[in-house]
Amino acid sequence: MKALGPILAVVAAIIALWYAAAVPMNIQEVLTQAERAGAVVEPEGAMNRRDVSRFALVLRNADHLGESWSMERARLPAPHQVIKELWASTWDEEVNGRRGIVKSGSLSNRSLIYHGSITLGATIVGFLIGSGLGILLAVGIVHSKTMDMSVMPWAIVSQTIPIVALAPMIIVVLYSIGVEGLLPKAVISAYLSFFPVVVGMVKGLRSPDAMQTDLLRTYNASKPQAFWMLRLPASVPYLFASLKIGIAASLVGAIVGELPVQRGGLGARMLGGSYYGQTEQLWAALLFAAAMAAILVWLIGWIEGKTLRRMGVTP
Amino acid sequence: MILVVAAVAVWIGAWAFNGWLANGRLSGLASVRLAVPLIFGATVIVVWELIVRGLQVPPVILPPPSTIVGAFFGNFGILWPDFVQTFAKGALGGYVIGCGSALLTAILVDRYDFLRRGLLPVGNFMAALPIVGTAPILVMWFGFDWQSKAAVVVVMVFFPMLVNTVAGLRDTSAMQRDLMRTYGASYWQTLFKLRFPAALPFIFNGLKIATTLALIGAIVAEFFGSPTRGLGFRISTSVGTLALDMVWAVIVVAALTGTAFYGAVAWLERRMTFWHPSQRK
Amino acid sequence: MNQPVISASHLDLTFQTNDGPVHALRDVSLEIGKGEFVSFIGPSGCGKTTFLRCIAGLEEPTGGTLTVNGLSPDAARRSRAYGYVFQAAGLYPWRTIGGNIRLPLEIMGFSKEEQAERVRRTLELVDLAGFEKKFPWQLSGGMQQRASIARALAFDADILLMDEPFGALDEIVRDRLNEELLKLWDRTGKTIGFVTHSIPEAVYLSTKIVVMSPRPGRITDVIESTLPRERPLDIRDSAEFIAIAHRVRDGLRAGHIDD
Repeated sequence: MKALGPILAVVAAIIALWYAAAVPMNIQEVLTQAERAGAVVEPEGAMNRRDVSRFALVLRNADHLGESWSMERARLPAPHQVIKELWASTWDEEVNGRRGIVKSGSLSNRSLIYHGSITLGATIVGFLIGSGLGILLAVGIVHSKTMDMSVMPWAIVSQTIPIVALAPMIIVVLYSIGVEGLLPKAVISAYLSFFPVVVGMVKGLRSPDAMQTDLLRTYNASKPQAFWMLRLPASVPYLFASLKIGIAASLVGAIVGELPVQRGGLGARMLGGSYYGQTEQLWAALLFAAAMAAILVWLIGWIEGKTLRRMGVTP
Repeated sequence: MILVVAAVAVWIGAWAFNGWLANGRLSGLASVRLAVPLIFGATVIVVWELIVRGLQVPPVILPPPSTIVGAFFGNFGILWPDFVQTFAKGALGGYVIGCGSALLTAILVDRYDFLRRGLLPVGNFMAALPIVGTAPILVMWFGFDWQSKAAVVVVMVFFPMLVNTVAGLRDTSAMQRDLMRTYGASYWQTLFKLRFPAALPFIFNGLKIATTLALIGAIVAEFFGSPTRGLGFRISTSVGTLALDMVWAVIVVAALTGTAFYGAVAWLERRMTFWHPSQRK
Repeated sequence: MNQPVISASHLDLTFQTNDGPVHALRDVSLEIGKGEFVSFIGPSGCGKTTFLRCIAGLEEPTGGTLTVNGLSPDAARRSRAYGYVFQAAGLYPWRTIGGNIRLPLEIMGFSKEEQAERVRRTLELVDLAGFEKKFPWQLSGGMQQRASIARALAFDADILLMDEPFGALDEIVRDRLNEELLKLWDRTGKTIGFVTHSIPEAVYLSTKIVVMSPRPGRITDVIESTLPRERPLDIRDSAEFIAIAHRVRDGLRAGHIDD
């Protein structure tokens, strides 16, 4: 519990800063609205206010600031506004909405749960494919010198290349040959998680030191035996470390993959929110995606803990 | 059809050759270590060319490498301003601001233990989130031009850099810190003479990770909105018009930029941390 | 003796750990005069390193008094009264040998010319002249430890505190360094506190040997050495040497009676 104190303090400070920042950020709209409602604002007329600094406007109109935290389409929605929107587009929409799961039997296409599940589906499928293939390639690299010398340098170099730039193209190309829906996004997710898993797994499979591998040679152990009994168990911590990176990358891939052809998903929702100025929607979608990322990484950590404990490694 | 057969032959032949190189007596030579992956890469490109032409794959699906090279050199006039916009202004600007502020914050965090215990878990958490999602918000605040892309980059590189630097500053042994106490050294003397140089390997680890994140951030941010310039912009519009050879040309630019940027930081790392065991192999 | 340089009176140090209190030092009283070479010897946990660290102001005693040069250990530390040599050389790999010796001089504000002069002088003292531009990882363990001693001598503190400095080295190098340390002591006249595990080392080097035992950490015996100041290595075979070593061994055994 002692560890929680500073964390809560920092989080509280961030929230306080957020509220404070919302005031100068939203000031232009707030004053325009106040003027429309008849108040006298300084300086008068939206045109005259355009060139005045935000902080000056805040200082000069201190008594008109009440609306700063309840603006619609605010430049910076306040935390409670975002929470409200989150609630409205998840629980509220599904339980009470006309198209919600309670009233219509299927997820509402306005709810973040629906969009989140679309993104999640592509993320998980892509992640499984990408890490599965990555593990296989890593095993190949460790056991074949040809593969090691030919492919491994490219795996390392690929980490410096912004692979995500390929995303729009992959989506459009696959769509044009008729591959739609979850699969194109899963391809991008797979691609983004592939190389981190390869590099991490290779490092892990090679982690046993010379003393350990020499010992197995004195037992005349075969290569498969050395693999299953030494290399694979030794690689588990490295594998999970790169799986955490991989799943976060898969999520980013799925989100980016939803941008070119918007057929639902959190990425499409964020883009839509920014096009139509629905900032609360944007923020709510972003927070939902962030929560999903945190939960997925935590889940991998939990699986890691269970695996390590079964292997006899006390945490 | 002949081309496809040729492609298979090239693949088998090159793989066999590489196998002979890798498993033979020459495999230790530095030149061979460089040649094998290059041969592999060249083979992939040759086989790509042959298969795409042999199976007559429509260029809107997958153009052959020769067309891409043509597009790269042919469109240099467009690609250069795109590069400047995305990399020189967006990615680099955000990189410098993000890494610089992360370094200063790390020193603050190191000085005040309360901050470390509070900010670091939050920082670790933030580093794992899909920060690219902040791109539309930042475009709304900073406008379409490179400043919003730099802002996205700042947000993306800040936390990984902070986490790495703090880890580095803490990596001194109790003995080293005791030695400084026996000299009656002040906090700042200890910081600049001991902890900062000792932290350099970690700092460079963060800087290298940040190079990749910076480029990704700048490009993806442009997917969310951009003036009529920029690598991300070029990709999304070319994809829209199915000008895939242009898309691939942009990807080549991005790949070269990413590798060169990373390579530059790695070179600097070798010069400044020559003393570290990992650099002395 | 006239005013002792280091004076401990009924010193107590109790650590609070998860498994209960640990009496690292109990009722330790000792006086060290100027120019003495005092060895502290005892098994693990007897408090010899802890005592040295208390003198250095790196640990805070929980009872009793301790003065260094008439000041509190912390004040002595801040007035740069002593040089400390650890078990490991702990040289900075990013600085040359010369740069490493300059480290305390930079912190203490010596001028550039002074720094250069002192680096040259101390490197000669420890027989490392000419290695100024090398990096620590280019030197052997013994040479690194010699550089660490040079670093501790660079700022002319009157006191030298050494915590098992030769423990990680092989016996041949150790013998050589013991000889050199004695010559150094003779030339500079410093007051030296030296922690060691090795009975021959303690007897060979010191004017006074303090035997300590653990649980709780305390002084079992203080032996004033009768050996002459000039000591070739083969004095270790003399009857006098062996007699003193026996006395040390008895003191160590006495501390173990409770085991």
